[in-house]
Amino acid sequence: MIELDTAPPFFADKPDVLQEILNRYPPEGRRSALMPLLWEVQDAERHIAEARINEIGQILGITATEVKGVMSFYSTYHDHPVGTYHLQVCSTLSCALAGSDEMFDYLSDELGLVNGERDRDGRFSLQKVECLGSCGTAPVLQINDTYFERVTRSRCAHLIAAMREGETPEPWRERGGDTEGEEKAKPFGATGTSEDGER
Amino acid sequence: MTDATTTPALDKPAPILSRHDKRYRVTMYRYVGVEGAHTLDFYRSHGGYEAARKAITVMTPAQVVDEIKASGLRGRGGAGFPTGVKWSFMPPVDARPRYLVCNADESEPGSFKDRYILEDDPHQLIEGMLIAARAMSSTHGFIYVRGEYYLGLQRTIAAVKEARAAGLLGENILGSGMNFDVTVHRGAGAYICGEETALMNSLEGLRATPRLKPPFPAGAGMYGQPTTINNVTSLTSAVHVINNGAAWFASMGTDDSKGTKLYQISGPVRRPGVYEMPMGATFRELIYDFAGGPTFEAKAFIPGGSSTPMFPWRDEYLDMHMDYGTLAKNSSMLGTGGVIVIPREKDIVNAMYNVVRFYAHESCGKCTPCREGVAHWLPRLYQKLLAGLGTRDDVDLIQELANGIRGTAFCPLADACVMPVQASLKWFRDEYEYLADHKVPRYQKSDWWQA
Repeated sequence: MIELDTAPPFFADKPDVLQEILNRYPPEGRRSALMPLLWEVQDAERHIAEARINEIGQILGITATEVKGVMSFYSTYHDHPVGTYHLQVCSTLSCALAGSDEMFDYLSDELGLVNGERDRDGRFSLQKVECLGSCGTAPVLQINDTYFERVTRSRCAHLIAAMREGETPEPWRERGGDTEGEEKAKPFGATGTSEDGER
Repeated sequence: MTDATTTPALDKPAPILSRHDKRYRVTMYRYVGVEGAHTLDFYRSHGGYEAARKAITVMTPAQVVDEIKASGLRGRGGAGFPTGVKWSFMPPVDARPRYLVCNADESEPGSFKDRYILEDDPHQLIEGMLIAARAMSSTHGFIYVRGEYYLGLQRTIAAVKEARAAGLLGENILGSGMNFDVTVHRGAGAYICGEETALMNSLEGLRATPRLKPPFPAGAGMYGQPTTINNVTSLTSAVHVINNGAAWFASMGTDDSKGTKLYQISGPVRRPGVYEMPMGATFRELIYDFAGGPTFEAKAFIPGGSSTPMFPWRDEYLDMHMDYGTLAKNSSMLGTGGVIVIPREKDIVNAMYNVVRFYAHESCGKCTPCREGVAHWLPRLYQKLLAGLGTRDDVDLIQELANGIRGTAFCPLADACVMPVQASLKWFRDEYEYLADHKVPRYQKSDWWQA
């Protein structure tokens, strides 16, 4: 955690970044920069600490409480650090039909984490999230900012093995639908026969 | 447009209602999945920005609006409001800034069309925004991309930079004297931002709670200035309307729904994904001809994203045309066109709990029916039933609660939750009662609601 009052301000040595973000919005919309500023901090520090909230409030001329009010409204801002690999499992209907619950259980068992938890050395954190907009290529696992789609048990195992080696896994792009031919989705829980079941 | 088989007779050629029609061709989705399609070079070498050039240098703003009105294009974000009419609501030009906002905060479960446009064809969206900006004399545009679409965000930002460098955004666009620039804004995971006034609040750096209408955005939107908010595929549709003419667009679809649309299909089917089809194609065509049919025996389908009331798997419903009017007549909605197939082995109560939990999580907390009913009562009643602790009174209470919440909330989010609940009770009440009578726990062990 970054301690209040002791850490140097985040934007002190980044006046260009700050100015670029403020310039994106019209002069009457200075407060619009709030979300991009929060993103900027979170992308660098993997969470938004109390000190940063105060700092952003000062930059925009609003109170820290207002910043916190906005920050807590959205699901993807974290007020405590997430792991180097932040795993987010979509749990909404299409992914649930494709076996995201099984995927979550698998990851949970494999990493020894419950929902919303980060492991002791800060490498992995696991979270169930709502629809990620990857329903056609379900189930989806989001690792940090990258989508991994049509995750099967074996793909999941490969991903974990790669991350344990400290590698950043390469995503495979699958879009389904009009963009591909006969390839079909393999449900996460499927073990061979059921996926070709009667229609 | 006519083909060789139809003589230019007295009566108009029959409208295109199926993708099997020889006259039909894919427009919006044609470069998705093509390597390098997200670059300006690719887009321009495939006829890109010609529609924008035509709209900006040849047509007047009023002509652009009239062309869109004549095409019959309706908003593709779910509500289906006629796009040309929406554009004409903007007040006359004065000294005030005029904003155009693209709603790319696609979060409706079952919808994923905008994501592929952002990732693989962002210039098409920018071109659509240029056309809309021309029509409404907008001075600045925003693209609100949902926070999770990181690749789409990066590609859209890169595309905006490319377009700016090429003189397609900024000052004096294409030598016409038109000034328009675009800011890409990253959301942070809130479904409610799909509601246009909540999206504006979010863009202004506030909590994304919806605003009271009126005033409508055209009168007082972003920063209190005239604003229009359009979905991604409404804007990309405009590109092809300008390119091919309103008559071409209106030659597809049914009386109240014209043109072509990106339909999405997910759930247990052989080839889930996005398919571009003319309005008025049937669910059967999408599910069987393109998606290859269900891989498990199906028992129900959701016609247009999780907020639309479901239908049981019967021929009469599978043969329905996917257009606004037909679905409204059958007391459902076209929504975003995101079809979800539900297999027989999946418990409907469990599936509905998944949907209810989504809306409970996304309720913004502004109004009481939604905050108490959708965010607390409904998911708890479902939990009770699924834990094997429910009674028939609880089933009645779910019904009563859904009826009571319907139409009483501040914004459409609560209706989006309770309408599918009502439909599931209408078609599958026996499953609810089975759970209540037999007390079989169907509770997911990894349910995060309790965490």
